[in-house]
Amino acid sequence: MAFTFAAFCYMLTLVLCASLIFFVIWHIIAFDELRTDFKNPIDQGNPARARERLKNIERICCLLRKVSVREGGKRLPARTAPRRGPQLVVPEYSIHGLFCLMFLCAAEWVTLGLNIPLLFYHLWRYFHRPADGSEVMYDAVSIMNADILNYCQKESWCKLAFYLLSFFYYLYSMVYTLVSF
Amino acid sequence: MSHPGVPVSGGPPTGLQAQNGAPSASGSPYANGPVQNALMSSHMSVSQGYNSQLPGSYPHLIPAKTSSPLCGQSNYGGSQGSGQTFNRPPVALNPVTPSLHSGPVPRMPLPNSQNPAAAPMPSGNFLPGANPPPPPPSNWQYNYPSTGSQTNHCPPGAQPTVSGNTNLTTNHPYVSSGDSSHQNSFIKSGITSNANNGSMVVHSNYDEIEGGGFLATSQLTNKNPKMSRSVGYAYPSLPPGYQNTTPPSGTGMPPSSLNYPSGPQAFTQTPLGANHLTASMSGLSLHPEGLRVINLLQERNMLPSTPLKPPVPNLHEDIQKLNCNPELFRCTLTSIPQTQALLNKAKLPLGLLLHPFKDLVQLPVVTSNTIVRCRSCRTYINPFVSFLDQRRWKCNLCYRVNDVPEEFMYNPLTRVYGEPHRRPEVQNATIEFMAPSEYMFLTGEYMLSWLPGNTRTKIGFITFDSTIHFYSLQEGLSQPQMLIVSDIEDVFVPMPENLLVNLNESKELVQDLLKTLPQMFTKTLETQSALGPALQAAFKLMSPTGGRMSVFQTQLPTLGVGALKPREEPSQRSSAKEIHLTPSTDFYKKLALDCSGQQVAVDLFLLSGQYSDLASLGCISRYSAGSVYYYPSYHHQHNPVQVQKLQKELQRYLTRKIGFEAVMRIRCTKGLSIHTFHGNFFVRSTDLLSLPNVNPDAGYAVQMSVEESLTDTQLVSFQSALLYTSSKGERRIRVHTLCLPVVATLNEVFLGADVQAISGLLANMAVDRSVSASLSDARDALVNAVIDSLAAYRSLVLSNQQPGLMVPFSLRLFPLFVLALLKQKSFQTGTNARLDERIFAMCQVKNQPLVHLMLTTHPNLYRVDNLSDEGALNINDRTIPQPPILQLSVEKLSRDGAFLLDAGSVFMLWIGKNCAQNFLCQVLGVQNYASIPQPMTDLPELDTPESARTIAFISWLREQRPFFPVLYVIRDESPMKASFLQNMVEDRTESALSYYEFLLHIQQQVNK
Repeated sequence: MAFTFAAFCYMLTLVLCASLIFFVIWHIIAFDELRTDFKNPIDQGNPARARERLKNIERICCLLRKVSVREGGKRLPARTAPRRGPQLVVPEYSIHGLFCLMFLCAAEWVTLGLNIPLLFYHLWRYFHRPADGSEVMYDAVSIMNADILNYCQKESWCKLAFYLLSFFYYLYSMVYTLVSF
Repeated sequence: MSHPGVPVSGGPPTGLQAQNGAPSASGSPYANGPVQNALMSSHMSVSQGYNSQLPGSYPHLIPAKTSSPLCGQSNYGGSQGSGQTFNRPPVALNPVTPSLHSGPVPRMPLPNSQNPAAAPMPSGNFLPGANPPPPPPSNWQYNYPSTGSQTNHCPPGAQPTVSGNTNLTTNHPYVSSGDSSHQNSFIKSGITSNANNGSMVVHSNYDEIEGGGFLATSQLTNKNPKMSRSVGYAYPSLPPGYQNTTPPSGTGMPPSSLNYPSGPQAFTQTPLGANHLTASMSGLSLHPEGLRVINLLQERNMLPSTPLKPPVPNLHEDIQKLNCNPELFRCTLTSIPQTQALLNKAKLPLGLLLHPFKDLVQLPVVTSNTIVRCRSCRTYINPFVSFLDQRRWKCNLCYRVNDVPEEFMYNPLTRVYGEPHRRPEVQNATIEFMAPSEYMFLTGEYMLSWLPGNTRTKIGFITFDSTIHFYSLQEGLSQPQMLIVSDIEDVFVPMPENLLVNLNESKELVQDLLKTLPQMFTKTLETQSALGPALQAAFKLMSPTGGRMSVFQTQLPTLGVGALKPREEPSQRSSAKEIHLTPSTDFYKKLALDCSGQQVAVDLFLLSGQYSDLASLGCISRYSAGSVYYYPSYHHQHNPVQVQKLQKELQRYLTRKIGFEAVMRIRCTKGLSIHTFHGNFFVRSTDLLSLPNVNPDAGYAVQMSVEESLTDTQLVSFQSALLYTSSKGERRIRVHTLCLPVVATLNEVFLGADVQAISGLLANMAVDRSVSASLSDARDALVNAVIDSLAAYRSLVLSNQQPGLMVPFSLRLFPLFVLALLKQKSFQTGTNARLDERIFAMCQVKNQPLVHLMLTTHPNLYRVDNLSDEGALNINDRTIPQPPILQLSVEKLSRDGAFLLDAGSVFMLWIGKNCAQNFLCQVLGVQNYASIPQPMTDLPELDTPESARTIAFISWLREQRPFFPVLYVIRDESPMKASFLQNMVEDRTESALSYYEFLLHIQQQVNK
């Protein structure tokens, strides 16, 4: 029974992994919200409804923003100022990057090996921008194309599965490292 | 183009009808009595939904259909061809104008007040003598423009009169103001509510006829007075009881309803899908050629000498007859593969190409209190639904069984009860519904700006350099007042209520302003351009009402938000790498989304000599459903050709029909799913496009996949529904439905391939690819598309492996079109194409309807020095020669001829060095070859048969497209010669393969 650095790493990642799971669940809900729209075209002709819908799409896409917006100032609730909301993509990616860094320091090679593919995927995803030079991860103008939306949804579900599994793996590993010495 | 003195549709309806009534009553036998009833209110107790009290109103449709001398003209349904001509009257100095707008227009903004007195919006005709009768008073609005609609598209070159719009463009000052002050750009924002619905019906009727489909149907009906679908064709599988119940008393049948003479015998729903495959191999078996396998390496002359016709879906002819016109709606594969696996094997893209808002000469308009739609998927009832019995219909998209509403049981055409399957909704694949009140959402603010009639148009002007200038045009001012806002960091709109004014009330001021505007900035030395802040200001100004914003920009925006930096490096023009196709800022995209939310569309006119970063600027139009017009090296003195082009295009732009606050939804049969959209719009939901403005010149494309297997169905349908507000403030829904067969074998998939549609869709996909990846990637993808599909055909369909490049007949032009795409401005390499021109070409690929895209990609080449009347068309007493289309190769040119290249937006007439003297003097009006002036952009109208023929042919070509193509006469030493030769896509250039080499390359890859 020893409280090593590795054990500390696993404890920390356990907590952070829970937050990652929430992030991903939030993604899933957001994409689902994007997908469902009123099927009643009468309502879709409504200009006010159009505006609301557009704001909603933009809000969601901006929450998934890669880079924080430079317009500082007072932060308003996301609904009223969609462009200044918090962003979720960067925290998620950086938390996951932190995992890898910690496991590297703790010399937990197996765990690191499990996380490396996702790290590379994140890096690729981050630098492989959507079609134009904007700083958003998900582009409001193309997100509604069904294939992109499908891709994003699938990506989120896969990540959810990965995080859930790794949550239990970390839990197991933590206990293991704690008792093994 | 309204001719002065002609009362145009804006006038008081009463006067108009009186006018129309007389000539039409005498001129056309079908426009009789009911014309006078037109003033009768039709808003009545419509328990059946239709006016049965008006005798003679329904029969109208039928004679026109059956015996109109030119079937293309028979027109019922009003919105189209409405030559509402006085568009933008503000600049019109036309004396008639005032009376038009002062007319008492007894119109309510409510769309469902179908007061026919106010309703005859189709009355737009230019020559009163040729006016069609106004629509009959019923809720059904039929309109048959007779020759009137032809006369109005007189070739623009021959327009004699100064009309409102010509005025605007000839001395329209602001566009040319860029000369001495390049920095003055111009934004015109206007809620052009009624201003733009005067669609000049540019498309000649013949064009439509040739297109097959829709009009061909009516042509068919011409010969056969019976609507053949109904003739004695009893649906066998019906319960006998039902057949017996159907015959109603034929008493109400009007004598003139020739179309339905056999009338009420039995239920005669076409056996949808039942035996369509066995019944006939209609489309294909008619042409045994279609089944042929071709070795492209041996048969080189594959290009047909007449315009390529879209393939006919292999459907039972009764269904096919009702199918949507391929010009409006076509699918890349006219035989839909059953499964995604089959589609993947074929390696052909599956998608739809749409031109939903095309100006039509024949469009049925239905006004009914209830619009019959499927209750679960909201599909509109269409010709391809099946009636289970008289009371129930089965949706062809989701297969839900729906009830037929009581109202729908009554057929207003035959005035027979109990014939839901003969109602126009079920007889026409393209139909327009007047939306009842529940589709209206105009809130208070909208009402204010959408006042009825012609008085609703609002207009405002903003100019900008390094500051923003607003113009107060408030009624009562003696002259326009200029307000300068120099704070471009945080733009505010001074006096918003005076900047956007009612056009009618402040017409003098607007005219004043337009006259003074060109002089105002001639002396300025300002070279900055604050486009971004100006756009923001215009957006703020318009956001309460929505509408259309026209932006005239002459240089790179340099100040404030949205400022851009030059990115083009001339040295890298020719390489396919490292060119900036992506926007450098997302400011324009975000603003466009805001505009889209407020129902504002932004149209960009870029008149620029130097690089202006269209890749960034274009976003403003792309996502707000606007359009981009680009005039490279525009100069109002030094480049008269571009000036002429701008004039003509602006004229079309201002006068064409427009739909506001539009949304378009595309539905397809369960099992298929749409996954990518191409065009200018914002995708608001997975199948819904948001279009703040929709214009008749915009085309759209979608890609589809087969999600669930379609094995248990034989037919699939696609329906596009475009809900828009017309410039009259009516909410309308235009519905197109396309029906296609499902096939199970790869061979059939290949046989039904539509090579033009495939090329068009591939071009759209390639634009996306070049933006998201790179140009060379896109080019490779295009080539691979050919290789993969032909390899699939070779390995999976052909049993015996013959040498050579074997292709199915349907794809015989596929390599050629792809090669043409590779040499098109968007995707070409190795030339000095400027970046902006390339991006403009890409915008055009995305936004043009397929016909125009194919013309710009693979132009038509004709020899015109020996035109003869052999095989000529006769339209309205005009003889239009039809020279054969030649292959695009220098080998087809000869020095002693003259060749016309029709590239969609431009015509080039190449004169050979040894061209016959006869042609030179009889057509060009010059003595010898050397005296052909350069540049020469007009053919003189000479009094010789040769000249008449050539001009007839060219103007006929021009009539077929909305925009005016400029004609360049090219001789050997002209600078345009290079661009003429660039269009010879079958020839080899320094950086691109010739057609034969390309075929060899493909063969090599395919046989690998």
